[in-house]
Amino acid sequence: MSWFLFIVLSILTLGGGLGVVVTRNVVHAALFLLVSLVAVAGLYLILFAEFLALVQVLIYGGAIIIVLLFAIMLTRSAEYPRISDNRQWPLAAVAAAAVGVVLGAAFLDNSLPQTEPNSPTFGDLANSLFTTWAIPFEVASLVLLVALIGAIIIARTGEDNR
Amino acid sequence: MVPLEAFQVLSAVLFAIGLYGVMARRSAVLIVMSIELMLNAVNINLIAAASHLDGMGNWANFDGQIIAIFIITVAAAEVGLAMAIILRMYRNRATVNVDEINLMKW
Repeated sequence: MSWFLFIVLSILTLGGGLGVVVTRNVVHAALFLLVSLVAVAGLYLILFAEFLALVQVLIYGGAIIIVLLFAIMLTRSAEYPRISDNRQWPLAAVAAAAVGVVLGAAFLDNSLPQTEPNSPTFGDLANSLFTTWAIPFEVASLVLLVALIGAIIIARTGEDNR
Repeated sequence: MVPLEAFQVLSAVLFAIGLYGVMARRSAVLIVMSIELMLNAVNINLIAAASHLDGMGNWANFDGQIIAIFIITVAAAEVGLAMAIILRMYRNRATVNVDEINLMKW
């Protein structure tokens, strides 16, 4: 059963990813990305990482796709079909395939001692996040604040500081 | 039970797809999307390892999930900033084609 789910979700993930890098229509690319990201949330559920599946759907499926679609709408969408891929795309395909093969071979070659799939409870996760990982957690909030302010300053159209 | 290697190979293939997108695409928005694919490949790998492996030393066996949370946070910040830069670029140069953004190129 879990193999069946894994194969279906893998096909959705990889198919969505291929759609993102192949399609000419940039809005379709965003929707393919959404398919891929939601399928990844399903993979997290197979791995019993319920909290991460929730976060994946909320942040990637909700926020990031919407921001990407806003960016597509705010820049001139008539221009996109004319932006073709690089001329050296065959070279890029060979390089990417080589990286994929090397990574896959390394993973298959060097297998680690495995246990049955297990997962912490929400409580374990929260305890670890707010004790062991408390400082990185605070720094992450600072990173978000800085990114927010930076994005506002970069994108602002103020007439005063032209 | 699906073994760890299956997830790892899946993440390697997804990473390669994202890498191809970053190298072959010319539109800045599509490049950002490909970067998201690569980050997701890393997250699959981390969470699969967190679910299948015992912790070693000071690491709890689910620390991979926490690192994945941080990666998602940074990805959200990165997309926000990237979109601001793309909007600015579009306003100043009237294009999102990265081949034409050569102001800082020697």
